[in-house]
Amino acid sequence: MSGLTSLATTAATRVPGWDLLVEPWQFAFMQRALLVTVVASVVCALLSCWLVLIGWSLMGDAVAHAVLPGVVLAYLVGAPFAIGAFLFGVGAVALIGGVRETTRLKEDAAIGVVFTTVFAVGVVLVSTTPSQVDLSHVLFGNVLGVSDADVVQVLVLAAVAFAVLVLLRRDFTLYAFDRVHGHVIGLPVRRIGALLLGLLAVTVVVALQAVGVVLAVAMLITPGATAFLLTDRIQHMLLVAPAVAVVAAVAGTWGSYVLDVGSAGLVVVCQGLLFAVAWVVARRRDRRAAGLARRRPAAATRAAT
Amino acid sequence: MTIGSTPSTALRVAGLTVRYREVVALEDVGLEVALGEACGLVGMNGSGKSTLFRTVVGLQRPAAGSVEVLGRGVDRARAEGLLGYVPQQDDLDRDFPVDVRDVVLMGRYHRMGPTRHARVADEHAAEVALDRVGLADLAGRRIGRLSGGQRQRVLLARALAQDAQVLLLDEPFTGLDVTSQAAVEAVLRAFVADGGSVLVSTHDLTSLPQLCSRSVLLHRRVLAAGPTPEVLTPANLARTFGLDVPAGAAGTGGAP
Repeated sequence: MSGLTSLATTAATRVPGWDLLVEPWQFAFMQRALLVTVVASVVCALLSCWLVLIGWSLMGDAVAHAVLPGVVLAYLVGAPFAIGAFLFGVGAVALIGGVRETTRLKEDAAIGVVFTTVFAVGVVLVSTTPSQVDLSHVLFGNVLGVSDADVVQVLVLAAVAFAVLVLLRRDFTLYAFDRVHGHVIGLPVRRIGALLLGLLAVTVVVALQAVGVVLAVAMLITPGATAFLLTDRIQHMLLVAPAVAVVAAVAGTWGSYVLDVGSAGLVVVCQGLLFAVAWVVARRRDRRAAGLARRRPAAATRAAT
Repeated sequence: MTIGSTPSTALRVAGLTVRYREVVALEDVGLEVALGEACGLVGMNGSGKSTLFRTVVGLQRPAAGSVEVLGRGVDRARAEGLLGYVPQQDDLDRDFPVDVRDVVLMGRYHRMGPTRHARVADEHAAEVALDRVGLADLAGRRIGRLSGGQRQRVLLARALAQDAQVLLLDEPFTGLDVTSQAAVEAVLRAFVADGGSVLVSTHDLTSLPQLCSRSVLLHRRVLAAGPTPEVLTPANLARTFGLDVPAGAAGTGGAP
């Protein structure tokens, strides 16, 4: 960062506002916060593409909340928080599947009952151990105070999730698009779905560090939804979603320093703003396309045949 | 009938009973599709056609009975990619961000490596399949921007690219434009002429005789089966579609 600093001092004389742009990154805790937030954002964004396409947004919400008691228990027994969180995330998914398959409840009801209950168990656990666990850190993240061990945990888990998502992206897309076809050509469709849910649990663990339990779900939905509005190919979605998420991560982390506000909230607000921009862009594009089609029906028909 | 090893039948369903909880969806259903034969499956909504398809491809476990595809069990036939299932185009999410070529290549995934990276042979097979259904020009178009008929042809192309030996088609003619219907029929006839086998469910009784040499009328049970012209009698059709027919008029023409 020292090179960047000297660059900043020379540029500062010419570019107004440069100081403000660069100042936050001189601090080690800010660099670390940025690293964790960007890494978490990228992995979440990648996964969010499939969650949005499959219609698993609520499932993302559920897993994000259900990890709370796992995190608390892990702190209590001194285990890595990732292990507790992962176990409870996977456990919640299994429980949701169990309730759905053995009752006539619709999926959203099964999800709602399970994750709120598990989350509430976490809240109770926290209230019994007030001195050892800071609830607000778990709920809203504490990216400015992450330890080296936590950073390593995040980087390793994110790297694994990223690699699996990229390597098996076509299987996940087939799963989202046409499970029956996958089954008929002999692919292990159930295992692909289970793997995706497992990766969801891992990704939530990563996102926890950056933005906490409550806002992790935003990172698992918004970038994918934004990319869906802007592109019409899954291949492009998988590039646009992480790009959007990185922009939001950098802007949010920077803004949190400059404005002296919490970074988790601001990162998610930035994601929401980018979604709003994408929404406007997509609306205008669709209107223009509809207008063209009306004005030149003959040309459109020719193109369609 | 000889069993298994030397398959003269492409698809053999015997004594198949399927229950959903207390509801009996299929009862003691038996049917056969020969090699190089197209068989029509006629029945109204809720007659068990979809259940039959789901059971044949192994998505639904039967309470009793067996399914054989080219002399193999369903699981092995699936693993070998012998079965092709062409769903109704309405079953697809048309907002899904994939183009025509992506979808057709999905027919080859079981032949590709673990990352499903398309090789030259796969690209070629997809091109040939799209050409056969007359959509070679639209390979790069997103599926949501196709007509319903074009989407149905894409799904057929996917099964062709798969190199499936036995095709199951669920109501492929529902809501198709004339061009697409003709294209689908022509492709199926060529497929059968090349020795492939087809089981196609349809409401469209006018096109059935040209397409399917044999037909099965289904209403939870097999009501009639045999050469299409013999099976499609007014009395049989009345029973299939749940109309009351005077007892004396209800012949069971060609029942197995």
